[in-house]
Amino acid sequence: MSGVNDFVIRFANVNGTGSASANFLFAKTVFRMGVPVVPKNIFPSNIQGLPTWYEVRVSEKGYLGRREGIDFMVAVNPQSFKKDVASVNPGGYFMYDSTKVLHEEFIRPDIHYIGVPMMEICNREFSDARQRQLFKNIVYVGALASLLKLDFAEIEGLFAEQFKGKEKLIAPNVKALYLGADYISKSVTQYPSFYVERRDLVGERILVDGNTAAGLGAVYGGASVVSWYPITPSTSLVGAFEDYAKELRVDPVTGKNNFSIVQAEDELAAIGMVMGAGWNGARSFTATSGPGVSLMNEFLGLAYFSEVPVVLVDVQRSGPSTGMPTRTQQSDVLEAAYASHGDTKHVLLFPSTPAECFSFMSDAFDLAEGLQTPIIVMSDLDLGMNDHMSEPFRWDDNKKYNRGKVLNAEELDKLKDWGRYKDVDSDGIPYRTLPGGHPTKGSYFTRGSSHDEYARYTEDSDTYIRIMERLQKKMETAKKMVPAPEIHANGNALGMLYYGTSAHACEEARDLLSQAGTDVDTMRIKSFPFDESVREFIEAHEMVFVVEQNRDAQLRTLLINEMDLNPATLKRVLHYDGTPISADFVLKGILSHLQTKSH
Amino acid sequence: MSYTKPVFHHPHLTKNELGYTKKDYEGSLSTLCAGCGHDSISAAIVEACFELNIEPHRVAKLSGIGCSSKTPAYFLNNSHGFNSVHGRMPSIATGANLANRDLIYLGVSGDGDTASIGMGQFCHVIRRNLNMIYVVMNNGCYGLTKGQDSATADKGSKAKAGNVNPYEGIDLCGLAIELGATFVAQSFSGDKSQLIPILKAAMSHKGFALVNVISPCVTFNNNVGSTKSYDYVREHNESLGRVDFVPLGEEITTQYEAGEVKEVKLHNGSEVLFHKLRQDFDPENKIEVINALQKARSQNEILTGILYLDNSGVELNDLLNTTEVPLNQLSEKELCPGSAVLSEINQGYR
Ligand SMILES: Cc1ncc(C[n+]2csc(CCOP(=O)(O)OP(=O)(O)O)c2C)c(N)n1
Ligand code: SF4
Ligand SMILES: [Mg+2]
Repeated sequence: MSGVNDFVIRFANVNGTGSASANFLFAKTVFRMGVPVVPKNIFPSNIQGLPTWYEVRVSEKGYLGRREGIDFMVAVNPQSFKKDVASVNPGGYFMYDSTKVLHEEFIRPDIHYIGVPMMEICNREFSDARQRQLFKNIVYVGALASLLKLDFAEIEGLFAEQFKGKEKLIAPNVKALYLGADYISKSVTQYPSFYVERRDLVGERILVDGNTAAGLGAVYGGASVVSWYPITPSTSLVGAFEDYAKELRVDPVTGKNNFSIVQAEDELAAIGMVMGAGWNGARSFTATSGPGVSLMNEFLGLAYFSEVPVVLVDVQRSGPSTGMPTRTQQSDVLEAAYASHGDTKHVLLFPSTPAECFSFMSDAFDLAEGLQTPIIVMSDLDLGMNDHMSEPFRWDDNKKYNRGKVLNAEELDKLKDWGRYKDVDSDGIPYRTLPGGHPTKGSYFTRGSSHDEYARYTEDSDTYIRIMERLQKKMETAKKMVPAPEIHANGNALGMLYYGTSAHACEEARDLLSQAGTDVDTMRIKSFPFDESVREFIEAHEMVFVVEQNRDAQLRTLLINEMDLNPATLKRVLHYDGTPISADFVLKGILSHLQTKSH
Repeated sequence: MSYTKPVFHHPHLTKNELGYTKKDYEGSLSTLCAGCGHDSISAAIVEACFELNIEPHRVAKLSGIGCSSKTPAYFLNNSHGFNSVHGRMPSIATGANLANRDLIYLGVSGDGDTASIGMGQFCHVIRRNLNMIYVVMNNGCYGLTKGQDSATADKGSKAKAGNVNPYEGIDLCGLAIELGATFVAQSFSGDKSQLIPILKAAMSHKGFALVNVISPCVTFNNNVGSTKSYDYVREHNESLGRVDFVPLGEEITTQYEAGEVKEVKLHNGSEVLFHKLRQDFDPENKIEVINALQKARSQNEILTGILYLDNSGVELNDLLNTTEVPLNQLSEKELCPGSAVLSEINQGYR
């Protein structure tokens, strides 16, 4: 099944040895050769010493999900040899550091072995200990480049970009590269049947991770107050915001920042600061992962009930509790949708690509201010931390921010009877005022306790119900404002429903199913609350496979709960081992449902 | 329930320099217990803002949860208020201040709200030197949940339920100084003549200003066996001097001269010794201040006045090098880098 531009290579490294940039170099070179790549980092919750893997799928057809089965293993971590040998497809390749003899237990008769004496070469050619370590990585990239026919000019071009300003580092890197390559051309006679051949399949697409995209999206979306508490896998999102803000948001005249970032003492404080800023009219966000969302629950309820704009990114990881903090999952869906005690409900956005991380993030501020409620962007570790081939970021310079219903002093003066929580437009969204805006009008008391239309404390049941029902109505309005689902329907009896990073595997699975004679319609959910088209899609199909990366079929529960759907039509396809979902998995899951049905 | 007070515009009401009368600084009718110390502090805030000629709408009032945290409804009706969640007022204040550095941020909290559930945020807002006034209405108990000991209750004091408090009480002023607060004051809700000038000084301070105000809970702090109870004080009458009993529900007021140690009887019959700082006391000498606080503590005295002042502190927005223009006033022009920059960025990921 593997062939030219169609294979999976896995690098088995030790965490903290500088392998990540070498592995990325490999992926980027393939990308620069116009061939779609899907890199995935599989790393431990550790800074140095534990096994880490990097997987690159090369896909001529442009499938962007993971593919199971490894065709080529670059094994530079003896700790994980056993597992690494076992994971190679029959007929596949196992490249290792042959400075030491490979122990017999690692020999499989059905795979090819390529020994490259990486350590020996580096010890001979480089004197400095750190260099020996780092260039070992470049030596294997050189060996691979030779075996898989990568374009050396592209690699050298990437070195030049990487070491801009540190040009003296280019030469030793190039040297290491060719040391690896030369060793292969001298010692290897049988080359793999799969390799990379230049194509023009990438177009204008970019290779970037979702956290960078979302951080940049927040800059474009006008975020000016950011507060956060470090947690994998969300940390790099705030890092990206900071880097871009320092580059793009410093006043050229005064040298002062048109933004502020505070590393909070915990996630409670982080969301509290975001809420304070949102209340006071600045666009503000925080990013966290599941444990942080758990801590933020009380504030999210306050923001919902007192109607304060908040943008929160949940870069999901494997739970429960600390779970597998460096592995991916989509397991915070229910927690986010109903975060906090009492009857609450929040708007969720589910990006699938870095381009959507960018656009959903920038739109999230319009939504938060437009709706005066928390908007939760549901990313995940796979999307946030792995590089994805994506449509480029786009921005329309004519776009104006939607700052929502905020009354200024003149508008207040014209109004006879303003009430903070009055539903003037019958869309459930009231008008707000900002502190300091008017000397005698528009002040009110924001509170999480029950209040009437004039923000006055009340325990009157009728008033309470009126406010709660208006908040429901606001969610109805939200349905028209959030991104609509993407539907591909051709009147098939079977449907497949998915969201976020399951999209790539699902789209590939759809093709595989079709090749096997079973056509399915698809719907990719991009947001919650669900709009009517979601119900229509589900009710138009005999059976709908709901594909998710969690154990409990959380989105399925949400669908049933919100729309009174018949649970029997919604079939679970659930992947939750912490690795990104693959098309093979989805296919198997769907086929097993179909078999059960035909029994 | 908050009622809006009927507004009578008396022709003789005096106006401040801005032309506002005191009414313009008042709030809704308080729903706290009659005689609650917190109401006296609200009144002092009204007075301080009036005397300071602050435009009411330039103040943002923020609080957590508790009887004390309800008080922002009872002063400054023309200011926006934010009654947040229990113990988290500092984070709301921080975000609000980052969004608009031009307003005056007046935070109100209780000893439960600050010294227990909100201890983390209290510490961190201090070390960030947020430009705000942080008033603690300190009654040594949880008023709103019916009188449990708070973390500022004295060791050995007896709560209404009968249990003796075995734990050390937290001294918020000492802690704040330790954490780098740039303005620390302590006063008593009944001593308007001292509290109002302190509040005015706090509002004039740039940076974090803590005003810890001992504020008796008339309903839940009146039990035999408390080190602050009437009975305790009466038994120790000789050593502690004259004891006056102030009946429940009556507002306590006191005035005394600088340099004196003054015993103040609270509603629950307990005694507090207010040691007024000498006028030659140097509030800018940290070591002297800490010594004075420790000494007062060992003598069961409470020091009042402006305890510590550091005018050289840099407040948070300046620490972060944030623009002078309030961030909430920036528009697309300053915030959005535009499509040309974005295509360059895209190019970098190809
Ligand atoms: C998360 C949370 N836990 C508990 C409570 C209940 N509660 C309300 S007020 C309060 C104590 C308030 O004490 P303090 O801050 O000293 O205010 P006081 O009423 O004494 O002025 C508590 C525990 C709450 N509102 N929220
Ligand atoms: S319970 Fe205590 S703190 Fe609360 S209002 Fe009554 S007197 Fe004041
Ligand atoms: Mg209290």
